[in-house]
Amino acid sequence: MFAPSQLALSVEGLSFGYGGKPLLKKISFQVPVQGFTGIVGPNGSGKTTLLKCLNKALTPTEGRVILAGQDLSGIKVKALARLMGVVPQQWEASFPFTAWEVVMMGRFPYLPPWTGEGEKDREIVRAAMEATNTWALADRPVTELSGGERQRILIAQALAQTPRLLLLDEPTSHLDISQTLEISELLTELVRKNGLTVLAVFHDLNLAARYCQELIMLKEGQVYALGPPEKVLTTDNLAAVYGVETMIQQVPGTGKTHLIFFPKGELLKRGY
Amino acid sequence: MKPQTKYHLFLLGLSLGLILTGWVALGLGPARLSFPLSPLQQKIFFGLRLPRIILTVLVGAALAVTGLLFQGLFRNPLADPYILGTSSGAALGATIAVLSGVNFKLLGLSARPFFAFAGALLATVLVYSFGRRRNRPAVTMMLLAGIAVSAFFSAVTALLLYFRQEEMGKIIFWQMGGFSYARWAEVKMVLPYVVGGFLYSRSLASELNLLLLGEEKAHQLGLAVFSFQHRIIFTASVLVAAAVSVSGPIGFIGMVAPHIMRLFLGPDHRMLLPVSALAGGLLLLLADTLARTILSPVELPVGVLTSFIGGPFFLYLLNKNRLAMK
Repeated sequence: MFAPSQLALSVEGLSFGYGGKPLLKKISFQVPVQGFTGIVGPNGSGKTTLLKCLNKALTPTEGRVILAGQDLSGIKVKALARLMGVVPQQWEASFPFTAWEVVMMGRFPYLPPWTGEGEKDREIVRAAMEATNTWALADRPVTELSGGERQRILIAQALAQTPRLLLLDEPTSHLDISQTLEISELLTELVRKNGLTVLAVFHDLNLAARYCQELIMLKEGQVYALGPPEKVLTTDNLAAVYGVETMIQQVPGTGKTHLIFFPKGELLKRGY
Repeated sequence: MKPQTKYHLFLLGLSLGLILTGWVALGLGPARLSFPLSPLQQKIFFGLRLPRIILTVLVGAALAVTGLLFQGLFRNPLADPYILGTSSGAALGATIAVLSGVNFKLLGLSARPFFAFAGALLATVLVYSFGRRRNRPAVTMMLLAGIAVSAFFSAVTALLLYFRQEEMGKIIFWQMGGFSYARWAEVKMVLPYVVGGFLYSRSLASELNLLLLGEEKAHQLGLAVFSFQHRIIFTASVLVAAAVSVSGPIGFIGMVAPHIMRLFLGPDHRMLLPVSALAGGLLLLLADTLARTILSPVELPVGVLTSFIGGPFFLYLLNKNRLAMK
């Protein structure tokens, strides 16, 4: 499919389970460099578990992950943080660090012990904050920021890690619609302009359809479908994976698909 | 004011405060000192009061640094070596060392701190493993585990003392905490641990900051969380063991000193560690000076005094943290 040099991430036969209960079964997929790839699937299908296996928070029981040409199991946590930034679903700020301080923590994997940040680190942090439109918040304590502002700070922090790959776990699930679109546009721009690769879990399938080049659809810990959104988000797949009926429309002008969902049986009843 | 400027002002102010308080404390006591010093006065001045003042400051600093380490580890300002049972563990270890009469020397270090360290480590590991729920520290669990462990270790200490009543007088102060036995030997005993523990803690400051963002986030930013937590527990146990071996368990300094500093300087451990150490030393020196002069010539155990002030302060914090307790 892709030459190895074009691959940001390659997952080969990955399985994971707690105490004999399998949560992920033989998952394989590839993420091309500078791609925007989405992971979709119902709750409990293993999306978050998969991300945790990819950032070494969990160790797969089987299979391997190749990140930028190296086997993940051989990469130390600190070295991993230089290759991969992770943005969690949400994050409770319980200590009043300023936004600047929190973003600067993204430089941790680069700082040798006992040394403070240098001019280069400050420049990178400033650039990350400007890219995420958070520079104006630099001196504010994160405990006083709104959910959307905090989420952008987290993205800025991940960018300050100057990673090749950005993993996001439903980065917009706690945001309102304007913040959601703003963050999604930002990610798209980072892929296009900064050469970043994005792999994100999406709850909102329409958002995934609009922004992702490739989708990975999970069902009960297995890959059910892989490919561009219009190939993955089909009425048949959605019925099989989510158990819903779907009306698929084309968004005028963009050629993207838009999905409208109905409970099982309703479309039939209405005579569609 | 810039945080760095404020930090340097605090460093300076607290250092001056320490020197000043130390100077005043030297002159306070049942025996009046007048210049030129007679040989007896010299003995009181250099053989009793000076080592006591230095020891008090060292122990206060060790407790404050430990408190700060625990507060970072549990991500909660209520953590304190006394409340978490670490001090009781260390006191039990020290009591066993004294009662059993073991007195080996290892690299010039005596047996008591080693036993205290073993007790402190055991207590901390117990509380830390019970005080977590779904892999994250839970405040209620932490406090309850601390109470249980503390009560158990104190009971064992009490039991040992009960059967060795002839030694009780020598050891009873481990139940209360105090400095009436402070001599230069004690200063020499704890100095390497306190200085080493402080310097090592300071090298962990950036990592502690990361941990405040949560274990998951810290991992994502490149911190090997598990081994780091072990290093914190180990360092904290060394510091508490050193403090308790010479003074017995003294409560609340570990909670109060970092807490006040955090109010002024924010959560950054790179600044908090040095100023908390100074503040802990100063607070305990003030408390001990008060304890030995307020009912002069009778001396109060300083541990009783700190708990007398610290208890209400703890309740105040608990009330403020009620939302976090849910």
